[in-house]
Amino acid sequence: MNPVNYLYLAALLFTIGAAGVVIRRNAIVLFMCVELMLNACNLAFVTFSRLHGNLDGQIIAFFTMVVAAAEVVVGLAIIVTVFRSRHSASVDDASLMKL
Amino acid sequence: MTHAATVHSLWTTAAAAPDKIPSPDIEYGQLSPTLIVLGAAIVGVLIEAFLPRRQRYVAQLFVSVVALAAAFAAVIGLAAGDYGTSKARVAAMGAIAVDGPALFLQGTILLVALVAVFTFAERRLDPVVHGNRVDSFAAQAAAVPGGDAEKAAVKAGFTTTEVFPLVLFAVGGMLVFPSANDLLTLFVALEVFSLPLYILCALARRHRALSQEAAVKYFLLGAFSSAFLLFGIALLYGYAGTVAYSGIADVVDGQVRNVTPALAGTMGNDALLLIGGAMVLMGLLFKIGAVPFHMWTPDVYQGAPTPVTGFMAAATKVAAFGALLRLLYVVLPGLRWDWRPVMWGVAIVTMLGGAIVAVTQTDVKRLLAYSSIAHAGFILAGVIATTPEGISSVLFYLAAYSFVTLGAFAVVTLVRDAGGEATHLSKWAGLGRRSPLVAAVFAVFLLAFAGIPLTSGFAGKFAVFKAAADGGAGALVVIGVISSAVAAFFYIRVIVLMFFSEPRTDGPSVAVPSPLTSSAIAIGVAVTLVLGVAPQYFLDLASQAGVFVR
Repeated sequence: MNPVNYLYLAALLFTIGAAGVVIRRNAIVLFMCVELMLNACNLAFVTFSRLHGNLDGQIIAFFTMVVAAAEVVVGLAIIVTVFRSRHSASVDDASLMKL
Repeated sequence: MTHAATVHSLWTTAAAAPDKIPSPDIEYGQLSPTLIVLGAAIVGVLIEAFLPRRQRYVAQLFVSVVALAAAFAAVIGLAAGDYGTSKARVAAMGAIAVDGPALFLQGTILLVALVAVFTFAERRLDPVVHGNRVDSFAAQAAAVPGGDAEKAAVKAGFTTTEVFPLVLFAVGGMLVFPSANDLLTLFVALEVFSLPLYILCALARRHRALSQEAAVKYFLLGAFSSAFLLFGIALLYGYAGTVAYSGIADVVDGQVRNVTPALAGTMGNDALLLIGGAMVLMGLLFKIGAVPFHMWTPDVYQGAPTPVTGFMAAATKVAAFGALLRLLYVVLPGLRWDWRPVMWGVAIVTMLGGAIVAVTQTDVKRLLAYSSIAHAGFILAGVIATTPEGISSVLFYLAAYSFVTLGAFAVVTLVRDAGGEATHLSKWAGLGRRSPLVAAVFAVFLLAFAGIPLTSGFAGKFAVFKAAADGGAGALVVIGVISSAVAAFFYIRVIVLMFFSEPRTDGPSVAVPSPLTSSAIAIGVAVTLVLGVAPQYFLDLASQAGVFVR
């Protein structure tokens, strides 16, 4: 199959993730959408790696996974502390500060 | 050949004997500033694990200060060894540049971090709780605000000494960020300095709900923007077949030597280059806090513990502008006719947006946040110049601005009432009559923000606007001066409020700090005045440092 199709898939996944971040209201779901975007990046890296015939992209995909894992640790910790103090993970409730 | 082998050979080939993998060549001496800071951060984690609680504070403070000072000495040593000028090179297998701008910005970040650590360690501002001196950070960050666990932690005198290793990790990432010489290093450095900052934002002792909310906003928007940055990196990698800055620059300029068929296909695809470049820029402009990627700035600056806000506002901006400069001047100079109009637009809306919205603010920290947005716009004007003067003026502005910011936020920690810091502007009325010294110091910082002569703000703004005008961005300078005038209005308004209005009877008191915060503020004032009165030496230093290695 033409590798370019995988790029279209990566772009589609990235767009779904970005749209999810904008539309959804639950912090956990938002965070999952961000992870979807990162995985779309991985797919793009691996596809380009195949296209160019060098391994850089595949190695970068590993780095991205590690970074995403670190981000999960920090992100879930923050979201959970907020959930415990407010009993809500909705980002609309996080509105103590307004213009 | 059997049937199975025939089919198999359709998608496999006999593996060639693997070549020996060359062992990487790491220049430890040239990377020593970063290595010292990250090593000290790991020592800090070990201190948290093995030392009893009582001894951690002193040990952590000692390790942090020594490490930052040693790393700064290492930067000076490298600069003295001409690594900033004639011996500029690319270290760590092409991943990290050791050159003038990198060393200048690393030195600035380290000094800023050193002063910021003083404000982190301050323990005399909050009243003594259960016989324990406390700092600005939560007794136990995991405890629910107002819950039993928190009360027990406060009573037991717990403190979050983890902030010191977190700061060191953040500084380590910030040191790499402006010197990253390939896009992967750029991304990893971005995350290494962002993740500790997200945590630090959530650790305030007072107003914990506000602090946690700031952390959630910063984290979600930060992760969102770094995903954009990463997709941009993927597209640039697809365009050029490499993530090395010089490699991409060669492809952009059409000077690549051996063009593979795949590269020939992707090279002609400008959509990859333009969209990829735009997305990487987006990620960097988010960290800089430029309009329209600034939404997080006021909330995070307001909610985060004030020492963290000061550190973040100063050091993040230095690191992110360094990375932006390198990206635009090393990777995408061949594309400047495409990015300059975009950056023009961003600079204009950033300068005007920050200055105009700041006029309506009633909270000191939010006011300073919007002022930092406006300043990001002024610095962008220097970035747009695309001349060597542009680079050096931006370097100088960053050094000047970061110390003013740090000092201003350190003063904000001093003005307190029963609920902690009194950040509402109405409470600052008449502060100049009660505490003339503190008000005068804050006035100096505000005048520097406004760019009044004899302060570092004036020297910086003059350098940046002059570079922009010489670089053919005269209209931008006019808009910059107009928004400076708008910004001066609200800085002066705060000064008038402090000195020429009646003090409120229920007004805040000014806490007497320990030598730590005092010296942080004193350093801020000293740098502001020295860079304002005698800027020439530092301008020369910046212009010597203003050449990127490629």
